[in-house]
Amino acid sequence: MSTADAPLPPALRTRITDLAQAEHRPRAASVSALTMVQDHFGWVSDAHLAETASLLGMSPADLDGIATYFNLIFRRPVGRHVILLCDSVSCWIMGRDAVCARLQARLGIRPGETTADGAVTLLPIVCLGHCDHAPAMLVDRTLHGDLNAETAEQLADTLRAPTP
Amino acid sequence: MATILIDGRACPARTDENLLQACLEAGADLPYFCWHPDLGSVGACRQCAIKQFSGPDDKTGRIVMACMTQVTDGAILSIDEPQAREFRAGVVEWLMTNHPHDCPVCPEGGECHLQDMTVMTGHDSRRYRFTKRTHRNQDLGPFINHEMNRCIGCYRCVRFYRDYAGGEDLAAFAAHNDLYFGRHEDGALESAFSGNLVEVCPTGVFTDKPFSAVYSRKWDMRGAPSVCAHCAVGCNTIVNARQGTVRRVINRYHEAVNRYFLCDRGRYGHGFTSAPTRLRAPILRQDGIPVPISMATALERFAAMAKDGPIVGIGSTRASLESNFALRCLTGPDRFSTGLTQLEHDLTMQVPALLRATPARNPSLHDMESADAVLVLGEDVCVTAPRLSLALRQTLRRAAFPAADAAKVPHWMDAAVRMLGADAPSPLMVLTPAATDLDPIAATIHRAAPDNLARLGFAIAHRVDNSAPDAPDLSETEIQLADALATALRTAHRPLIVAGLQYANAALIHAAANIATALHATGADAALSLVVPDCNSMGMALTGGIPLDAVRAMARAGHIGTLVVVENDLTRRLDAATLDELLAAVPHLVVIDHIATRLAERADLLLPAASFAESGGTLVNTEGRAQRFLPALTPTMPIQESWRWTQQLTQAATHADAPEWTNLDQIVATIAQEIPALSRIIDAAPDAEYRLDGRRIRSEPARISGRTAVRADISVHDRPLPQSPDTPLSPSMEGAYSPDMPGALMPFYHAPGWNSVQSLNRFQQEIGGPMRGGDAGTRLLDDGIPPETPEWHHDIPTPFTTAPDDLLLLPEPRLFGTEELSALSPPIAARVTPATLRLSTLPAGLQDGGMVSLTLAGEHLTLPVRHDPALPPGIALCPPHLAARAFTTPVRVQLHGDDTP
Amino acid sequence: MTISDRPLTAMIGLPDGPPDCAAYGRAGGWQAVRRTLRDMTPDAVIDMVTASKLRGRGGAGFGTGQKWSFVPKDPAATRRKYLIANADEMEPGTFKDRMLLEGNPLQLIEGMIIAGYAIQAGHGVIFLRGEYHLALERLNRAIAEARQVGWLGENILGSGFGFEIHVHASGGRYICGEETALLTALEGRRAQPRSKPPFPQVGGLWGAPSVVNNVETLCNLPHIVTNGAEWFVSLGLGPDSGTKLYGVSGRVRRPGAWELPMGTPLREIVEDHAGGMRDGYRLRALLPGGASTAFLDVGQIDIPMDYGAVEKAGSRLGTGLAILLDDRTCPVGMLHNLEHFFAQESCGWCTPCRDGLPWVERLLNAIENGTGEPEDLDRLHDHARMLGPMGRTFCAHAPGAMAPLASGLKLFREDFDAHIRQRACPLRHAA
Repeated sequence: MSTADAPLPPALRTRITDLAQAEHRPRAASVSALTMVQDHFGWVSDAHLAETASLLGMSPADLDGIATYFNLIFRRPVGRHVILLCDSVSCWIMGRDAVCARLQARLGIRPGETTADGAVTLLPIVCLGHCDHAPAMLVDRTLHGDLNAETAEQLADTLRAPTP
Repeated sequence: MATILIDGRACPARTDENLLQACLEAGADLPYFCWHPDLGSVGACRQCAIKQFSGPDDKTGRIVMACMTQVTDGAILSIDEPQAREFRAGVVEWLMTNHPHDCPVCPEGGECHLQDMTVMTGHDSRRYRFTKRTHRNQDLGPFINHEMNRCIGCYRCVRFYRDYAGGEDLAAFAAHNDLYFGRHEDGALESAFSGNLVEVCPTGVFTDKPFSAVYSRKWDMRGAPSVCAHCAVGCNTIVNARQGTVRRVINRYHEAVNRYFLCDRGRYGHGFTSAPTRLRAPILRQDGIPVPISMATALERFAAMAKDGPIVGIGSTRASLESNFALRCLTGPDRFSTGLTQLEHDLTMQVPALLRATPARNPSLHDMESADAVLVLGEDVCVTAPRLSLALRQTLRRAAFPAADAAKVPHWMDAAVRMLGADAPSPLMVLTPAATDLDPIAATIHRAAPDNLARLGFAIAHRVDNSAPDAPDLSETEIQLADALATALRTAHRPLIVAGLQYANAALIHAAANIATALHATGADAALSLVVPDCNSMGMALTGGIPLDAVRAMARAGHIGTLVVVENDLTRRLDAATLDELLAAVPHLVVIDHIATRLAERADLLLPAASFAESGGTLVNTEGRAQRFLPALTPTMPIQESWRWTQQLTQAATHADAPEWTNLDQIVATIAQEIPALSRIIDAAPDAEYRLDGRRIRSEPARISGRTAVRADISVHDRPLPQSPDTPLSPSMEGAYSPDMPGALMPFYHAPGWNSVQSLNRFQQEIGGPMRGGDAGTRLLDDGIPPETPEWHHDIPTPFTTAPDDLLLLPEPRLFGTEELSALSPPIAARVTPATLRLSTLPAGLQDGGMVSLTLAGEHLTLPVRHDPALPPGIALCPPHLAARAFTTPVRVQLHGDDTP
Repeated sequence: MTISDRPLTAMIGLPDGPPDCAAYGRAGGWQAVRRTLRDMTPDAVIDMVTASKLRGRGGAGFGTGQKWSFVPKDPAATRRKYLIANADEMEPGTFKDRMLLEGNPLQLIEGMIIAGYAIQAGHGVIFLRGEYHLALERLNRAIAEARQVGWLGENILGSGFGFEIHVHASGGRYICGEETALLTALEGRRAQPRSKPPFPQVGGLWGAPSVVNNVETLCNLPHIVTNGAEWFVSLGLGPDSGTKLYGVSGRVRRPGAWELPMGTPLREIVEDHAGGMRDGYRLRALLPGGASTAFLDVGQIDIPMDYGAVEKAGSRLGTGLAILLDDRTCPVGMLHNLEHFFAQESCGWCTPCRDGLPWVERLLNAIENGTGEPEDLDRLHDHARMLGPMGRTFCAHAPGAMAPLASGLKLFREDFDAHIRQRACPLRHAA
């Protein structure tokens, strides 16, 4: 994972510029560009936000207004893995609170926090559209359903296992 | 006109407005937050909910937002209906869930729209029993305090700052009730109009920071109508004062000029009135040592000086008509100087003549907003006339109206209009040597030297009307550009040409006049606006006089006994050697000014003048509108108005025909009589005899406490002020006050239940229209009789050429720091950045930020360079006065690499 | 495509994943777009869809043909117009569009070409919620293949009509599902809803005429064109035509979604398709079509799930995916969860929604956690009354939030009282 201070890699800059040019107006690429930056760095730092804004011909304030508006753009550092645990109604009925409690205990963090080893960030998320397999959570890009406290805990453990 | 029924009362209403406007115009108390008369409706706050009924038989009705509903003839509304009342009370209750209720310590308290609306809806007890959200505030620079916890999320700040004024560094962040309005990071707000947030914000999120340091409640301050002295636009202001000092300046609505908004230079420039450099006593320089003397002694000394030969006067474009005229009476017209160097003098004198002779309209700012094609020719109006640039910016919004009309969206439906017009072509064409803040929204931008811009202008005029002279030897690019711009202007219905004196280039304003004349001849409703430099440049042009060069000649010839300089720091106009030469040839120098200028340091006799805040007078703005400012304070003797000093000097010098003016009106009357071009200035404002219902208009609100803790050891009472003979306003809370007061005499805005500036609605004939009591000021240049056939200017310059090591250095005025008086105001001074030399190509071996030496206006300078590749070749830019004190007009310079290690 | 009783899902759930262009064609795909482009005028398509009585499947149920009819008739070549698939499926309890997107993206693409042709829009956009990573991957693959084969691009089938599709992955906000907020989001702005007029059909994306249709709505189009409007009408059991993806989540034996005839009785969906309640749980009430629909009592389970019948029962068909409240789950807790969602997802534009919903959430939280006061119920009723009706808030978000609250306050009065009386939740729901 790159540091927050490194400038955007040239290839990423090019992709953002291309995307902006393909749109009716460059600002239409705001969310996509922020997502690309986040895919690369894990989150969007102030410096990267400003650099992205200039590629889109926007002011940092303008782009940050968009970045902070949406749920999926992270303006603070996150762990190597991000758990988005659904907190909407079907999952709640099916016991997401218990899943959350176990994850918190196991990871030693509260929702919104990152484990000290930088492995996992735990965040609540609105309905993931996996209600027939509630409780559900999204780990990075993978959807997990029919969770219970035990399966969630096992999953969390694999995330924290040292990468080979 | 339609008729609508508001709670059973038939009221007239315009069909192009919304129900909120109609209700307010009908005098109803209908609360609102997000709507603003010049920002339109967006339906965010939901505060103006009313019941609308589909017909006489509809007893249920439905709740609508008045600001989002168009007036229709026969519409039946109720403001009082219980459900509507309940909903409006609910909205305030919701807003209050997070509001800190810190009114006692909030600077907005007492003039807070949120307070007013809370009282209006009847919300008086708290039922929300949970914690409030809290925010961290930002340092937004020297102008604005930030207290986000007070925010009620009306979005007015960003709508003004971004959508209306084009600012980029203020935004809305986050969502739901985490909503935050601020900057991306701490730092001074970049917009030239940030101070308007103070008035736009309905509560105390954005408040006036310099005012906070000398804070007083609105009701404890006196107000006086004034006119901004920091550029030639002539924005109307209200000066608030208490206990002998100016506390703040706020906007005074003028339908045609500044409407609801001021620039930051105007709002925060008043600090010079209480700067340490203020002169407070007459000073006599004896053997080089300044000695304070009495008024009587000063006059005696002057009488003695007057015996040593002819008196010559130098007036000032920053002084009132009255101050200049009184000086002219002392010296006689032939020995009265405009205080301008030859080039500036000639150009300034030309402007009113040009405007009168050109058949195109000479537009007000509000008029400019509806132009459908704007050519800005060689003037960075964003710094020379900031409020004017804000008016030009509004042409973009107008450009969206056709799309809005096609979609049947009323023009006040702001978000929809902006969305529909997002792709509308910009009517702005900006032709300047360097980038301006209007560039990002202009359809065409072109960089060239002033001469080449003038040539383009002539070429455009020729392409609009081929009887106008064409510029020879244009490049292919220039021909294409001229063709395109001419086409854009010719196809417009209301084309506008804007030029000015920034580059002291006569050909530029002549070319502008040619274009406007040519467009007028095509039958278009064409307009020409010429921007002059100072708040009374136009007044000086109409008064007339001799240039400084003529004064120098007189001095050289030994024809000056005493030189009297009024409110003019000649060190800003003449380089040191020239000034030394002049002063050496003058036995006596008398300076009358309110601040200790560099010139004042050299005066044999220095007399302390009243600033605009302590005096009355008349200024003529760049459109030729004479406007009166009235004293907010009484000057403390021996400080007095320059014209009173000059009158006394005249009497002391025992002139046979010394004038006997005892008040402002008398000198105004004399001016009107003596100078035909100024004959109408009497109409600029009602005179001191004006009475409303038999009484003077009070300058203090009825709620004034008249008590202060500041000098409680002496007395708890504010010191009462004597009645000034120059104003129809009473100095106290005694007097009349009504919605029908003339706009020129508006001391403060207040209406029952409306303590904030929003009460302005109650003083207008219609929302956004003229004042009920008439707008302030009077236009002087509308009496021109243009020639029947166009008379063209032919002074087409030759193409600008560049030679190596020979640069044309152009003045690059700054928003902050160039204008003399505002630069003395601490918050403005805090925003002044050091002078740089901007170059299109850097000399060999020099890097961006490196130092370079040059000789400019008699000074040897070493300046950091800033590389600006967008500049035309052969052009360099340097701010006037900031680097070389007397640098004001373009000059050829040669650069030397810095020889210091 | 053969006439099927479940046209939408016929190709979904194949062992090899979603069909490619060829497989899709072999199974009957592309017939409709061929017919549309070769044999039908745009108006004929609109007429056919109007005759089919297809209603929007996103929740509001507006007539699709009628929605299209407001679009200016200029040919696609002469005027920029947009056809937008609303794939921002964020209504809690709803997982039907994901099935269609992941299961058969080409069906959506074909539907979009037909809709684009009908309104003569050359630009198609799929507004996809950002969490649907698999759908994004499959859509992009399907679009690329369709473009390569010639189903997308200029002059499709030599008809002169050209159509392009690109996918916009959202940054995540429930309000983006509201069509005007969706347009604002596509323009790269904070996704606040817009006032109407202008309606999107006249002034939508970048001010150009635009139609926003739900994914399921668009997926119906190929089948309507192939099999005719009458066939489509005949699929419905009651007044509404076609099939619908119905679904159930909660404590049932087999949560899931199924394509069933429009108007299938609720009881059949819950008891037959979802297998009824799990052992030890009884059905108490349900939200018939997502979080923003009002509760129906267990006694109303015999109604047919069509637009009119659900509305008559006091709720809305919504997305058609029901969320079941069982007897061991606290209704106050459930309402608190729902209102937390709505408060969090308020865009922050208008006062009542931005500041009213958090108040509601906190009241419910207090009651659920034993610190409720009797007058809290009055405050909840106040909010339901003041925020419920349309037109008071800027968009339908707050009225949607008030639907479960207002109905819940009536239905669960006893539970609320018990919470306040006992100063605790009497029914901590089973984990």
